[in-house]
Formats: sequence, C-alpha cells, structure tokens
Amino acid sequence: MSKEPVAVVGIGQTHHVAARHDVSIAGLVREAAQRALADAQLTWADIDAVVIGKAPDFFEGLMMPELYLADALGAVGKPMLRVHTAGSVGGSTALVASNLISSRVHSTVLTLAFEKQSESNAMWGLSLPVPFQQPLLAGAGGFFAPHIRAYMRRTGAPDTVGSLVAYKDRRNALKNPYAHLHEKDITLEKVQASPMLWDPVRYSETCPSSDGACAMILTDRAGAARSPHPPAWVHGGAMRSEPTMFAGKDFVSPQAGKDCAADVYRQAGITDPRREIDTVEMYVPFSWYEPMWLENLGFAEEGEGWKLTESGVTELTGDLPVNASGGVLSTNPIGASGMIRFAEAALQVRGQAGEHQVDGARKALGHAYGGGAQFFSMWLVGADEPAS
Amino acid sequence: MPPARDVAIVAFAQTDHLRHTDELSEVEMVMPILHQVLSQTGLKTSDIGFTCSGSTDYLAGRAFSFTMALDGVGAWPPISESHVEMDGAWALYEAWVKILTGEADTALVYAYGKSSSGQVRDVLTRQLDPYYLAPLWPDSVSLAALQAQALIDAGDTDEPALAGIAARSRTSASDNPHAQLAGARPQGEYLVRPLRTGDCPPIGDGAAAVILAAGDRARELCERPAWIRGMDHRIDAHSLGVRDLTDSPSTRLAAEHAGVFDRPVDTAELHAPFTSQEVVLRKALKLDDSVSVNPSGGALAANPVMATGLIRIGEAAARIHNGTSDRALAHATSGPCLQQNLVAVLEGEAQ
Repeated sequence: MSKEPVAVVGIGQTHHVAARHDVSIAGLVREAAQRALADAQLTWADIDAVVIGKAPDFFEGLMMPELYLADALGAVGKPMLRVHTAGSVGGSTALVASNLISSRVHSTVLTLAFEKQSESNAMWGLSLPVPFQQPLLAGAGGFFAPHIRAYMRRTGAPDTVGSLVAYKDRRNALKNPYAHLHEKDITLEKVQASPMLWDPVRYSETCPSSDGACAMILTDRAGAARSPHPPAWVHGGAMRSEPTMFAGKDFVSPQAGKDCAADVYRQAGITDPRREIDTVEMYVPFSWYEPMWLENLGFAEEGEGWKLTESGVTELTGDLPVNASGGVLSTNPIGASGMIRFAEAALQVRGQAGEHQVDGARKALGHAYGGGAQFFSMWLVGADEPAS
Repeated sequence: MPPARDVAIVAFAQTDHLRHTDELSEVEMVMPILHQVLSQTGLKTSDIGFTCSGSTDYLAGRAFSFTMALDGVGAWPPISESHVEMDGAWALYEAWVKILTGEADTALVYAYGKSSSGQVRDVLTRQLDPYYLAPLWPDSVSLAALQAQALIDAGDTDEPALAGIAARSRTSASDNPHAQLAGARPQGEYLVRPLRTGDCPPIGDGAAAVILAAGDRARELCERPAWIRGMDHRIDAHSLGVRDLTDSPSTRLAAEHAGVFDRPVDTAELHAPFTSQEVVLRKALKLDDSVSVNPSGGALAANPVMATGLIRIGEAAARIHNGTSDRALAHATSGPCLQQNLVAVLEGEAQ
C-alpha cells in the first residue's frame, strides 16, 4: 500500500528573542501553536495528535515537560509524543509527526518544538561534566571549532568565508520579523572585527541563545484540499545517526549526513540537487558550517562549497539562496531550530515567506543536525503534490 | 480501523534488575540485551530498518545521555534512528508507526534507566508543573499516596486489598529470573500513608530491548510472533486538581482505540508501580478475575524507570511467543498518578 501524502497547512512561530520574561513555558508554546492553527484556519478540535520536541530538558530544568504542557497544547484526551534527538530534534519531531499521517494512523497532527533558553545557561548546559567529556570544551563552539579548522585546512578556503556567511545571514534576518537578531547596522567589517571566541569562530559568526517556539499543522490529502492557503507537500524525509566518536569518523563531512540527504533525494526523485532545489534552510550554528554542509548535502563537490558562498550563490539574490530566514545564526532556540528550518522551507514553497521570499521557490530543503555532528534529519518540501 | 500492516514483536530481552549497577555504564547495561534480541532472530545491526530508544537525561544527570548508548547499537554504517524522552513503550510506538509507513520492515527498540544514580523520588518531582507544583517538591510516592487515599475514600479498595495485590505480584515474580523483588514479603511500615513499603515499587536499574518485524518477515524470525492488533496512547490533564484520581480516562480511551474491548484478553501486563494504581487500571480496562494480571510480577517486582513500560509489552509478547497467551494486553504509563497511558493488544495465531 502506498503512503498517504503529507501536507503542511499551518505554520506558526513566536517572535524569537533572548528572553521571553512575559510568558511561561506553556504560554510560549501555545503562542506558536495558535498561530499555526490560525494559519490553517483550524481549531484545537481538528487536531488528532500532538508531537513535541525539544533539546535537553536541563535547559529549562523541567523533566519531560510535555506532561505539564499537555493542557496548554490541547492534547488532553489525545496522543502526545515527545521526541529528543539532540540538535536535530526539531526536524526529527516534524518527521515523526509526518509518519503518523503517511501511515494513516492520524489525519491531522500538530507538531511543535521549543526552547526557553533564558531559563538556564545553554552553553554550560551543553558542556558535559568530567568524566563524560574532557575538560576545556566550553559549549558547542569548543566542540566544533577544531572541525572547522580541519575543513579550512583540507580545502584551502580563505579565512574570510565564515564572515561572509554571518554577514549574509544577519542581513537576511532583517527581512524576517520573527528572527531574534536584527542588527540594522551590521557590516562585514564589524563581523570580521568581532572578538574571537573559539578560533576560528568569532562572536558574530556564532548563533545567539533564544527563547522561541515553532509549530506546524501537518495533514493528509483530504486535509490539504480544505486548506485555505497553498500547502507545502512533503516529497521526502529521513533521519540518520552515527556514533559520537570512532576511529575513521569524518567530522568535516559525516557519512550520516550524506546518507540522509541521499535518502531524501531518492524519495523526492532529485538527481541534481544544485539545479533542482530552489532554496535551502540548513542548520548553520557557526558560520563555516554553510560551506561544509553545501558539500555534505551534495550542492557542491568536496572542497568546493566555500566557492558557492564566496561567489554569492547562497545570497538571497543568488541562484541557491541558503537560510533566507537568517538561519540559526540569527535565531537559536536550540530544540526549535531544526523545526524552524523545516517550517521556513515550507513557507518558501507556499510563497508565504514575505520579505525574505525566494522568487519562484518550488522545492526547498530543510536540514537539521545535532550531537557531535552525528544526528541528521531532513525533509524536502514542494509546491506541488508529489507524484505517487 | 485495523493497522495498515501486520507488525509483530519477534524478540524480547531484559537485564536482571538491580538496586545498584555502579560498575556498569548505560552502554554496558544495554549492549548485552541488544545482542540477545539480535541473536534470538539471527539479525545483524545492518539488517535493522529502524532503531528507536527511550530514556531520560534526568536519571543520568547529564544532557544528551542517550547519544552514548548509540555505541552499544553499533551505528556504523549510519542507521535510521530516533529517540523519545519517554518510556521505551513510546519508542516502540514510534517504531511501529515507522513500519506502518512501509519505510522499514524491521525495527530495534530499547530503553534503559539507572535510578541508582540519584534520588528517584526527588528526581521525578522535576516533571511537575514548574510554576505551581514542582516548587513544593511533592515526590512520586506522596502523589501516589494521594491517589491511593482517594481510592480508599471512594470505596474502590482498602489496605488489605492493596496488600493482596502486593503479595500476588511478588509471588508471581518468583518465576521471573530478572525480577528485583521475587517472592512475597511483609508489607512493612507506612512509607507515605496509606502506602506501605510493600505497596511501592523497588528502586533499581535495568534495560530492555524488543525487535519488531512486519508480515512474512516476522514469521521467518519467530515461531509464534506476537502480532500488534492495535496500539494507542492518550494523555490526561497534568494538574491533579482537575483530575479524578480514582479513574484513568486516558487508559480507557487508549484501550478503546487499540481494540481491547472487541474480544476478551487472557493476560494483562499493567504498568502500575503502586498497588493502588492496579486498582485504577483494572477499572479503566474492565479486567475481571479471569484475566491473568502481571504474571511477571509487574512494576512491583522490578521498576527500571523508562524501561518498565517497554518491559510490560515485552513480557506480554513473551507469553504469546511461548504459547501461554493467545491475546494479551500490555500497558505503559508516564507522569504523576498515571497521567499518560499506552495500551497495546497482542495476539498469537491459532496453535
């Protein structure tokens, strides 16, 4: 039996900021969920199940928060699933929700991811205590900086490429009202003069710490037919994982990322991603991950990713805009960041991205990764219903 | 509506459940049982279509605790994999849905918990409403005691009846080589009135693993597969003040959707860490004395938090595998006072 096609008919985000002191955790998630319902012109009663995701529970000091959030998300009397796959969780959560529909277990599912990082200090929350990790690894940047160095050495990319990514993403964020950072006076010189945090990653090449939530309403073909706005159709979705550390692991271009992309492209019938995909929302928490993922995802040959960035191909006006929303570099409620990528990809093919809309976007890739560059989740969404 | 594909549990393994496992990391605890379910079926890691696990960072006391467990799976080449911050029963649910989509034909599910790393009664208070309830630190035994007292006040049970549940469960556990508390024992002193030590689960560490397979693949891998005829889960409101603690509407609703009431079951494995919670579940699931309840001893005999629910499903499946059950119910719970509940119906083909 073939799978039921899955459509995104509602998308809602909070205005991401450093600290939402004005709302509780329940208030934060409810805000995103209600915006998604309003977009789909549906009510709580139309939702069959809720799938929620977030990164480590220590970020809010709340164990398995879905239990407490059941009421706020209208889940009482319904199935509620809680996904946690590290930084990729926002994407994985959407894929778990999508499977509930493609398997025909449910017709309409609310999926949501959030992080309220102002409740704690995310950098130290991510820094595992000895003996789980060697000392001196402060935050995710400390973990990833050496792998960025390895990429630079391997490809001979000029030192400035990272700053170009950051400068682009922060300017894109100015066109996205939901983005956390709106640096109106940003210049390339300012990015390049910002303090060095984890060599070679400078302060302005690093993601912020945000409070925010993102929600989507996914539905089946019949639900899509009732949608007041054009839906985004899921053409393919996949997750891949590999261990954190092992002899032979390629931290620069992990095999799990390549395999995950290949699976998604196979499902979606994509043979030349560079030509066939119109825009990408990829998980770039540190600027250099743009060229690294461009290669890992098959948009550039190995060693060539930085050339796409340097030549402006990934600019909003380029022919493969990357992170038109401003990306993780401008907004990072960690558990929600993957879902924001998936949702922004869907907004693009629905033609609803507003000022940061990529002209004529018909197919878009949403990408997330987590852990020690070991967990990957991706989906490809299109403006047209997939050929079954 | 019946599930889109026939999916069965074809293998189940669990650790011996122990009060302390200081000498074992989570990986070391999980790896032997992963090897057991693989060897039961003759499958290799690379044959598995999807892997899903359940655990919580709050037991381990560190973020991303599940990532290291992947080393036990041997996720190389990379695997299609997911994780729920829930009891492993819900990981099994996610894996079941994955197989229903047709994207996988087999799945490996595992769950683990090391309660010995901290004070589990205190740890579980952190899953309560952080603004109104958690600051009071009401621990899991105290909340269960509130529920037990409500049941006694409603005339649904009394202390001798609860003692009977405790004795029956631990007597049953005499036949369970993995149980932490096997054999009847005195009810002991009140821990939190009206609950005595005997009404409460042991605190311990353990893990479990299950392999799922679809259709003919299941028949190849297992002599008598435990077919999942239906599975559903529901959640109740969180605030205890808005709930009738003597009832479990979410359990009943899940059971209806899983098809429990279509035909009688002969066996039920219930995830009731406290004797009083078995009373609630029996009522919600309309189980009479003809049903064999918790022949494994249930959570009163071994309660490795995050794996206990998956073990209920595994124990029910094992009884179908060995022919002692033809239609079994398995139940898992999460949250204070049975807030969230999952129900599965398993069947064996005619013998």
